[in-house]
Amino acid sequence: MIGPGKAFDTNHYFVICSNVIGGCKGSTGPSSINPKTKKPYGLSFPVVTIKDMVNAQKKLIDHLGIIKLLAVAGGSMGGMQVLKWSVLYPESVNSAVVIATNTGHNAQQIAFHEVGRQAIMSDPLWNNGDYYDQTAPTTGMALARMIGHITYMSSESMEQKFGRQLIDKEHVGFDFSQDFQVESYLRSRGDSFVQRFDANSYLYISKALDYFNLTDEQSLVEVFEGVTTSFLILTFSSDWLYPTHQLKDLIKALKINDIEVSSCEIRSSFGHDSFLIDNDMQTKLIRSFLKKITEERSA
Amino acid sequence: MINTRVDYTLIAQMITPHARVLDLGCGTGDLLQLLKTTRHTQGVGVEIDEDAIGACIEKGLTVVHGDIDTELVDYSTHRFDYVILHESIQEVLHPKKVILESLRVGKKVIVGIPNFCHLTGRSQVFFLGNVPVTDELPHQWYDTPNLRFLSLNDFRAFCQREGITIEQQAALSGDRRIWLFPNLFAHVGIFVLSKK
Repeated sequence: MIGPGKAFDTNHYFVICSNVIGGCKGSTGPSSINPKTKKPYGLSFPVVTIKDMVNAQKKLIDHLGIIKLLAVAGGSMGGMQVLKWSVLYPESVNSAVVIATNTGHNAQQIAFHEVGRQAIMSDPLWNNGDYYDQTAPTTGMALARMIGHITYMSSESMEQKFGRQLIDKEHVGFDFSQDFQVESYLRSRGDSFVQRFDANSYLYISKALDYFNLTDEQSLVEVFEGVTTSFLILTFSSDWLYPTHQLKDLIKALKINDIEVSSCEIRSSFGHDSFLIDNDMQTKLIRSFLKKITEERSA
Repeated sequence: MINTRVDYTLIAQMITPHARVLDLGCGTGDLLQLLKTTRHTQGVGVEIDEDAIGACIEKGLTVVHGDIDTELVDYSTHRFDYVILHESIQEVLHPKKVILESLRVGKKVIVGIPNFCHLTGRSQVFFLGNVPVTDELPHQWYDTPNLRFLSLNDFRAFCQREGITIEQQAALSGDRRIWLFPNLFAHVGIFVLSKK
């Protein structure tokens, strides 16, 4: 998606991509060292919200001396950040590319997250978030990731990829060993995630998503009053975690506020993961939209 | 490439410069693009087909993925100067509701309809006893996007019944304007409507 000749064409655009606060790959998070105690923050790290993430990004572009961004773009949690950007700093955002997301986490989305969090927190090695000098709660983490991964796929994509295929055996074992390919796939996804992610970061970020709700204080129509950003809203036909109909109210609120909005539900069988997989239509739509915004800016 | 279809050019002539336009069933956006280029309109399209939406956005147009039958309620009264229903009204489920809603959302509504009572069609009904299948109406009854079958006269009668004013009308057969007996000789009728 990002690179020379791609949707976010680095021959034309300067792309800024920062890690979110609360994460574990750059910006400060629970695994970072607290300068006061010289130890990792653990659960003493403050709870973060999508708004905090956006405020940190705003500080970054202020630091870089950027007054107005051509576009803010993101999918899933990134899409929530885009929405928050457009209502917090409308004067800094020319256009917004909102992909596979929701205007507020709903009960089903929170429920899946809660199961993931409980998987981590019920692992004795989690130790109330204080595990940085011992073994990490990898069993709980892997389990949380397995649950998450199921919500990112679709029934159709799982059927295509695995069906009922068995792993290295002719018949099912009728015991509790691994039989099906989908089982070993989920386990390997869980195990590889443990290597690259921090359990506490998982808890903080999943909470940030659950706390996200644009309509806490105002209706969606009121939230977007005065916003002049142009929107491109993309969803995917097989995404049951963030389905198209959840963004109908957003599109309606934008229309009522006379805000320019284009939208498209893209056919894809890969579930929520669709936006991460190379998709010609997604590439074409984003590329054309950015081109239009650039031309309007220079007109 | 700007599309120079005669019906598109005719519609463009009916629209005042810099108008705000909503094109319901905008397809690949050729009409919206023509209006944007020649009339400097601010246009929005509504389209149900994903590939057509892709074509619209490639042209730099604004388009919402949606269904004509359900899309209009979101817009405030007189939000647009013109709402266009060109070659799409025969495909909607509730044409009366859509036209009346369009007259609320738009100050004027431009409707382009295929004439199902053209001479060729009538002869097929009369001499062959078939439901017409012609160059202009190429679909068989079992495989057609059309849900509604009407003539220019039917449409005028509808407007009269609903208290809709026909401000302007034009009839076409291919690239030719039809002035005499349009209900017999025209394939397409284009009407500019308003309602007090």
